Amino acid sequence: MKYTEEHEWLEDADGIVTVGITAHAAEQLGDIVFVELPEVGTEVTKDDEVVVIESVKAASDILAPIDGEIVEVNEAIVEDPAKVNEDPEGAAWFFKVKPAEPGQMDDYLDEAAYKAFIG
Amino acid sequence: MSNLKRTALHDLHIELGAKMVPFAGWEMPVQYPAGVMKEHLHCRAKAGLFDVSHMGQVTLRGNGASEALERLVPVDLAGLAPGRQRYAMFTTEDGGIIDDLMVANTGEHLFLVLNAARAEVDLDHLHEHLPDVEISHLRGRGLLALQGPGAEDALAALNPAVREMRFMDVAALELAGATCWVSRSGYTGEDGFEISIPGTMAPRLARALLENPEVAPIGLGARDSLRLEAGLCLYGSDIDETTSPVEAGLSWAIQKARRTGGARAGGFPGADRILRELDEGPDRRRVGLLPEGRAPMRAHTPLFSAEDAAEPVGEITSGAFGPSIERPMSMGYVPTALAAEGTTLWGEVRGKRLAATVAPLPFHPTSYKR
Repeated sequence: MKYTEEHEWLEDADGIVTVGITAHAAEQLGDIVFVELPEVGTEVTKDDEVVVIESVKAASDILAPIDGEIVEVNEAIVEDPAKVNEDPEGAAWFFKVKPAEPGQMDDYLDEAAYKAFIG
Repeated sequence: MSNLKRTALHDLHIELGAKMVPFAGWEMPVQYPAGVMKEHLHCRAKAGLFDVSHMGQVTLRGNGASEALERLVPVDLAGLAPGRQRYAMFTTEDGGIIDDLMVANTGEHLFLVLNAARAEVDLDHLHEHLPDVEISHLRGRGLLALQGPGAEDALAALNPAVREMRFMDVAALELAGATCWVSRSGYTGEDGFEISIPGTMAPRLARALLENPEVAPIGLGARDSLRLEAGLCLYGSDIDETTSPVEAGLSWAIQKARRTGGARAGGFPGADRILRELDEGPDRRRVGLLPEGRAPMRAHTPLFSAEDAAEPVGEITSGAFGPSIERPMSMGYVPTALAAEGTTLWGEVRGKRLAATVAPLPFHPTSYKR
């Protein structure tokens, strides 16, 4: 598992990277009431705004952490955005991306570094 | 947050795990560990306790205080009986709103509750226009709100006399060893009470109420979603010096005595515009809007009459997700011709035009004990 300073987590399984937001991010955002996900098949570039989430407080963008193609999105969190608060690092993943080039996520934080980052 | 004022309940908020934020110069709890959504739903189901001690509390004393205050508001205060409270607004010479407020006649004096962010402006206004009235700003008092279907039982456990009160009654009552000014009113659409209490006594009352398992502390976050579901205006968002009471849909607060043909018609700042708008209708109106889909349309979202219209016709002034109605909700101003219920308008959110339908207010039915 890798983490970004934008509070996303990335998990690589057989060359497909699953992306979600961390429990810390979900906690900071508060109750999430709206999620808009990209369409499957979208080619994304690192730092593209690919997801919009709105909590009871405000709207936030989730940026693509790597280049690649969106191969699957989690419609369950669109139907029930509260799932993101309940299980942000498990069932409430956001999208799966097929990386354009391997190794792009290697530079991101490991768990210990992320924990240190959020203090 | 070193320059911020703290309420008498500050230590209690910290103890309860509140997330504190700056609000109108005060350090206030925006939410507790339960979070905005659960706090909102708890208040609608049981009872919520709010610290609203940041609000301005002012007494007016002296012969003719009601008549003097009437010169600043389009409200019948001469007809405000002892033990009753009315909603009012200070108006500008142009017919805009300086602040909205509650005015209670306790029998001894008039008691005003002002928005925190406007309290100093209001006090300057009062001192300027009411030189012969004794004006006291009660900076040390606390103000608690207890709201929800369980509010009456929770407060009656401390003093059963509260059961005798009906909506907008006020009474001086003993609660947790303190003499409090209690009104049966609030800002959630629920039945409930607002309790003015000396600051040093406020923590004891709050703790006594929170000992009741039905009562949970509620932060400013849920206070906002509760009032929006109830269709109530937030000063600075839905009303301000550019909006008239009639445009804002607050004509119900202007009694017959102050209207054209009434016993004391006019005689308040901006009366020309306000009475004309009452007689002829305003050019624009505050309306409720229900966006289609789940995306909230927040404040400052421009509104269009058609999906491809070039120029906006209005703007959202408040918007959020409604936890009880389980969908997004907004309020905003639109031209009167587009204000009819069922009219489809388009809000531009992140570059996309999304449909929203003009809907009756409140979004969630109110349950005042009339």
